[in-house]
Amino acid sequence: MIDVFARIFVALLAGAIFGFGLSLSGMLDPARVRGFLDIAGHFDPSLAFVLAGAVAVSSAGCLISRRLRHPLLDSMFHLPVKQGIDLPLVAGAAIFGVGWGMSGLCPGPAIASLALGLVPSYVFAATMLFGILVHDNWPPSNWAQRRRLAAKRTLDADANA
Amino acid sequence: MPLTYLHSLIGGALIGLASALFLLLDGRIAGVCGIIGGSLRPAGENQLRNLLFLFGLFLGPVIYRLGFGGWPVVHFEASLGILAFAGLLVGFGTRLGSGCTSGHGVCGLARLSRRSIVAVATFLAFGMVTVAVMNRVG
Repeated sequence: MIDVFARIFVALLAGAIFGFGLSLSGMLDPARVRGFLDIAGHFDPSLAFVLAGAVAVSSAGCLISRRLRHPLLDSMFHLPVKQGIDLPLVAGAAIFGVGWGMSGLCPGPAIASLALGLVPSYVFAATMLFGILVHDNWPPSNWAQRRRLAAKRTLDADANA
Repeated sequence: MPLTYLHSLIGGALIGLASALFLLLDGRIAGVCGIIGGSLRPAGENQLRNLLFLFGLFLGPVIYRLGFGGWPVVHFEASLGILAFAGLLVGFGTRLGSGCTSGHGVCGLARLSRRSIVAVATFLAFGMVTVAVMNRVG
């Protein structure tokens, strides 16, 4: 029972640290994210510093996790099992890249910036949620089948980013 | 080094800390689009924790405001129509590609996942081309 509450607290804490880190890093600002992507124009290297700091600390976490048989609050790790490079991976990353370049927003900052109460954030978040729902439930005729598959794949899907 | 770059580095380290905590304690990848997907699946065993992670994410800027006395600065360059279309692409694309900047970028690169390295290179390239094209056209 203590573990249940501890895991609930960890989810909230990790989300809050993540959101505070995004705020401090300047990455809630779509203009600065687009500045990083604007290599031929007004280039802003901030995102490279964010990624460097994040990957450095996250790598330490990964190294420690390899020495553990299971995470502290669960009986096993839930990590992605897929290895190969396939079309959905590349096509999905390409589609995301176009939307990211157009808006300067990705899912983390999109959710965190809702706190600022600005209309553009809510418009973006609403269509982003719709896009997620369309993907996760498409095609509608196969809905029931997809849901059964999704349940089976919960482990994989939850480990997905 | 300008102060904003230092803020970016420290902010990034905190994002890395959040993903390390989530991995070491809960055993999962802190990928925001996967967590949103999981929070929309009714009766998923992780639904409550996914929703709380997202609520924590929402609290992040509020904590920043309590500490620094003002909201983080944001500028939206795109029109509402473009933002709405981009949101669709980001939502659909990140799910199809199994990850976004946090999942593939922060966690995947740290794990040296081949799939994540390919995904990050792809979305960076397409993002850069999109910005370059929009600057030409717009």
